[in-house]
Amino acid sequence: MFRIVHTRQISDAVFEMGVEAPRIARKAKAGQFLMVRVAEGGERIPLTFSDWSAEEDWIRFIYMRVGKTTHQLSHLSVGDELADVVGPLGTPTHVEGVGRVAVIGGGVGAAVAYPVARAMSAAGARVTVILGARNAELLVLEDELRALPGVTVNVVTDDGSAGEKGLVTAPLKRLCEAGALDHAFAVGPAIMMKFCAATTAEFGVPTTVSLNPIMVDGTGMCGACRVTIGDQIRFGCVDGPDFDGHLVNWEELMSRQRVYVDDERVADADYQRECSCHK
Amino acid sequence: MSQVDESGLSGQTPAEKPRHKPSRAPRTPMPERAAAVRRSDFEEVAFGYSAEQAQAEANRCLQCKNPTCEQGCPVNIRIKDFIAAIIDGEWTDGVEILKERNALPAVCGRVCPQEEQCEASCVLAKKGEPVAIGRLERFLGDHDLTCDLEHRCTPQIAEPSGKRCAVVGSGPAGLACAGELARLGHSVTVMESLHAPGGVLSYGIPEFRLPKAIVAAEIEMLEVMGVTIECDQVIGRIATVEDLMTEEGYDAVFIGSGAGLPVFLGIPGENLNGVYSANEFLTRVNLMRAYEFPTSDTPVWRGRKVAVVGGGNVAMDAARTALRLGAEEVFLAYRRTAEEMPARKEEVHHAIEEGVEFKMLCSPVEIRGRDGWVTGLVANRMELGEPDESGRRAPVCVMDADFEIECDTVISAVGTRANPLLHDAAPDLELNRRGYIVTDENGATNLPGVFAGGDIVTGAATVILAMGAGKKAAAGMHRWLTDA
Repeated sequence: MFRIVHTRQISDAVFEMGVEAPRIARKAKAGQFLMVRVAEGGERIPLTFSDWSAEEDWIRFIYMRVGKTTHQLSHLSVGDELADVVGPLGTPTHVEGVGRVAVIGGGVGAAVAYPVARAMSAAGARVTVILGARNAELLVLEDELRALPGVTVNVVTDDGSAGEKGLVTAPLKRLCEAGALDHAFAVGPAIMMKFCAATTAEFGVPTTVSLNPIMVDGTGMCGACRVTIGDQIRFGCVDGPDFDGHLVNWEELMSRQRVYVDDERVADADYQRECSCHK
Repeated sequence: MSQVDESGLSGQTPAEKPRHKPSRAPRTPMPERAAAVRRSDFEEVAFGYSAEQAQAEANRCLQCKNPTCEQGCPVNIRIKDFIAAIIDGEWTDGVEILKERNALPAVCGRVCPQEEQCEASCVLAKKGEPVAIGRLERFLGDHDLTCDLEHRCTPQIAEPSGKRCAVVGSGPAGLACAGELARLGHSVTVMESLHAPGGVLSYGIPEFRLPKAIVAAEIEMLEVMGVTIECDQVIGRIATVEDLMTEEGYDAVFIGSGAGLPVFLGIPGENLNGVYSANEFLTRVNLMRAYEFPTSDTPVWRGRKVAVVGGGNVAMDAARTALRLGAEEVFLAYRRTAEEMPARKEEVHHAIEEGVEFKMLCSPVEIRGRDGWVTGLVANRMELGEPDESGRRAPVCVMDADFEIECDTVISAVGTRANPLLHDAAPDLELNRRGYIVTDENGATNLPGVFAGGDIVTGAATVILAMGAGKKAAAGMHRWLTDA
């Protein structure tokens, strides 16, 4: 069991949770993820580290309340326990020698963008963060990102309620046009990553994306997370989650992410009916 | 309990015992649930022998002077003696004899391919039907599990050696190794990457063939013997083998991480929705209990028409699981004929009984789909040609893309390979060309104090071969720990 040591509601549907996990905290690296199972009978869901402390033995992750499991998570408090937390999984993000880099975080993708920007900056990169969300309410970790030394932050919202109005691809394109980028790193909804990769491809800027396919075990055992990269089938959990954005088969990824939408609705509806604390 | 009797093969019986007169009755059938009933639920297929049935079957044993059956057993169980105990009605003695050599008798009695091992070597098999050794093993194993924990047969544990061993992976190899090391007096910690121990016994083999309560009960016994099991520990990520030997202070490490990575067919359409690796399909259903969805939280796509590709036990498990999830039709596509199938005869028989339709000499070349979902499996018609390296006649294509099986689900059960995480666990470990660990005859790897066994050494094989390898490595580790 893993004891919860921190909870924070970031926005209406976005939360941060910290758990005591000394072994994981000692090994965590930017870009890696966890598999979390809330309780007996629960599903295993992949969640990316937002922060960790090897000295204080904790790890943190950010999640959006979308289905049954994330609803359950949001109802837990400090002192409660999670049945299982497994990690650190996946290959760490390559942060060395990326030069002038744009780190694009869309929605809860900012949870990954934050440690990646921090690690790249620490490794000597010149980091411009492009933080995007549908509206100001849904912006995640803006203050933390702004507090990173030497990191520039551009905020973009669909409705213009914060920062620039529009899509993250607009400032990304400007950076490309100015010839001010050696590398881009994008994490967020698949559709956003697809368009970021399409934007940088025009300018030949190498682009890493952090994919979020469906996973079951997260350790390479099942292949649910397989993605097509160029002409190769790769596993998101062990070969990724980072891949060359210009080689990803985006249509396939987005189609595969929708396999269980009906089931997820059933599970969530069932839970909402049964859960007495949820009004 | 007596010391392990290494001369067991010569098979002495106490002189004062009355001569055993073998019965000439036919092999006692295994009581089973009717196919029409069992194909729609996940309860176990076979009930197991009653005491009367077990004794009737045991009485068929000739109690040979030279019990050849024992040479057929990968862990050298003293088969003759445990059968003699059943003849005498001494269940506890029988369990003790089994547990000298096999920590998981209730598991092995169910899933070992006895027809290729002990039963194939039974003298009776030459002229008729061999003694049902596997069913007798299961009878004793189950008998032990009906007792309270404190009354169950616990192997005698040697004096503590003061040595600490880490076992990576809690599948058959790891559990057998852990049990043996504990018996020899070493402190053992098993590290499992999933949230439940058992490896393939938990995620792979379905409930209707191996109830998870049986797996849990056998593992509980290991814990009584002092073995610690830590779940959620992915070695290679949370710690390397070197970390275990240095920072964490283990004196020896056994790697039994299995051949976990599924192989796909390498044909167009493989990433359509509705295409599963058998590993994913079975993990969702067995480990995550998707058949209880939405009571359990993990869903599985329940196909109406399901095509399973492959001819091994995993293919049979997947096909029979698909039936139980409510499929109207389940096809099994195999490129050779039923004769060449690597699956156990019993599993093939059960699958046919339950209504799985076998499409033989059929080699898939494409998965067709519409709107991202599977609609059919296109296959070549094959015939059998000359024998290949495996000794089986090789399938040769006679008709390209000859036919299409209409289906909404395709499950690929064509094998597994080594997980690349292994390289992160121990970068200096010597691997062969296929990515499996190279060991000597004692299970020792090229790294001092690091041993390995099971599928991660041999490639995908059986539960009992993995257990045999785990035990052998435990003996090697014991020598290494006590010589040092």
